[in-house]
Amino acid sequence: MTELATQPKQPNWFSRLAHPGNFMAWTRPLIMPLAVLTALAFVTGLWLAFFRAPLETENVGTTLPILYIHVPTAWLSQFIYGAMFAAALGTLVWRHPLADVAARAAAPLGAAFTVLALFTGALWGRPTWGTFWEWDGRMTSTLILLFIYLGIIALWRAFDDQLKAARIVAIFTLVGSVNIPIIKFSVDWWNTLHQPATLITSTGPRMAPEIFLPLMVMLVSFTLLFVTLELVSIHTGILKRRADSLSRQAAMGSAA
Amino acid sequence: MSAFFAIVGRDLKLAARLGGDALTLVLFFVMVGAVMPFAIGPDRVLLAQLAPGIIWIAAFLSMLLGLDRLFRADEDDGSMLLFRHAVIPLEAVVAAKMLAHWLLTAVPVLVATPLLAVMLSMDGTSWGETALALLLGTPALTAFGTIGAAVTVSLKRGGLLAPVLILPLAIPVLIFGVAMIGAPVGSSAAMLFLSALSLVSVAFCPFAAALALRVGTE
Repeated sequence: MTELATQPKQPNWFSRLAHPGNFMAWTRPLIMPLAVLTALAFVTGLWLAFFRAPLETENVGTTLPILYIHVPTAWLSQFIYGAMFAAALGTLVWRHPLADVAARAAAPLGAAFTVLALFTGALWGRPTWGTFWEWDGRMTSTLILLFIYLGIIALWRAFDDQLKAARIVAIFTLVGSVNIPIIKFSVDWWNTLHQPATLITSTGPRMAPEIFLPLMVMLVSFTLLFVTLELVSIHTGILKRRADSLSRQAAMGSAA
Repeated sequence: MSAFFAIVGRDLKLAARLGGDALTLVLFFVMVGAVMPFAIGPDRVLLAQLAPGIIWIAAFLSMLLGLDRLFRADEDDGSMLLFRHAVIPLEAVVAAKMLAHWLLTAVPVLVATPLLAVMLSMDGTSWGETALALLLGTPALTAFGTIGAAVTVSLKRGGLLAPVLILPLAIPVLIFGVAMIGAPVGSSAAMLFLSALSLVSVAFCPFAAALALRVGTE
């Protein structure tokens, strides 16, 4: 017991993860397998979608395959905000340095997937609803979500001091996440045309199983794609910070 | 409590003595409303129909554009550092500044609504409803705006960032504010939602804004 007491306490894995070098060393071997897994999942999902599932249904006609991109990107547009919310908590509660980098890396990805969801939605809306854009509840709240993402990106870019930026953006992200349900509710209340929830209902998915399966695989593939891109982007962020501090050191050295 | 009102009084005095900020804001509000007929056409029926929306947009824009003043001057002249060590917590200071800002931006705009109502050929009841909606909704706009101002106060080149950040968050205020016009007063769901939004945001925003100020000015 006395021997143990004199030894310095070993930090747990969560704290050790805070060291960017450790994080890089631990996760670098993961990137390649993740990328391969993502590619395999995409191939499986697309194969299921185009060779095993019907290519058209009665209500949407031949535009059905848009579903396999539209639904996963729309899911990611919200999932990524959830990830940013978690990172914001990490920044504010534990001051975890990796949470800063992760939040910063997630914002452009979230904006990109939101744009994709809106774009595929517009392409889909034209033949089925007869219009590219309709001021419908869910479309409008997705558009507002995109505005919030773009605002967050602009806020990140406005700061010189990245440590301060991380905490300020984290506060704003939390405020946004309190607001997003209110925005969704108000906009739905305002106008609704989009079809109601199909996937998650109390009676199980209201969808043919041969379409449901490829959709699920595509959801997993897109989520894996996000995880891979996020990881690569975190690595880039860490390297960029390191390069910045090195160049600052070099400038200090040459000045002295 | 006296410190709270001292800060409110200080901000009001500063605004009264240092220039026509409130007057410029009213001018902006009236001008946005007055420009609309040029864009839409001088059709009195159409204008009367659009008037509540026009007044809301004008109020929305003038509230958002005035945001930057909320903390900027205090940050520049060092008052913010004193506020952080005031006898009341920073959250209360923020609430005081929020109240002063509301008195300086929302009240002049409310006072100016009859002018726009006449110009846009609104009748008395729809003016009354619009004014009531503004009275209930502007506290929420000010509260969200306070967060935007607090988040961007440490930026030397913040510029338009605060309005851009806050605009999406403030959309529910606009939705409920416009929806309650024309609905029966007292029983409309929109009015209750708008009031709830204002009450909750006024209660919650000082904490978020004070946190952002602490981080931003440390």
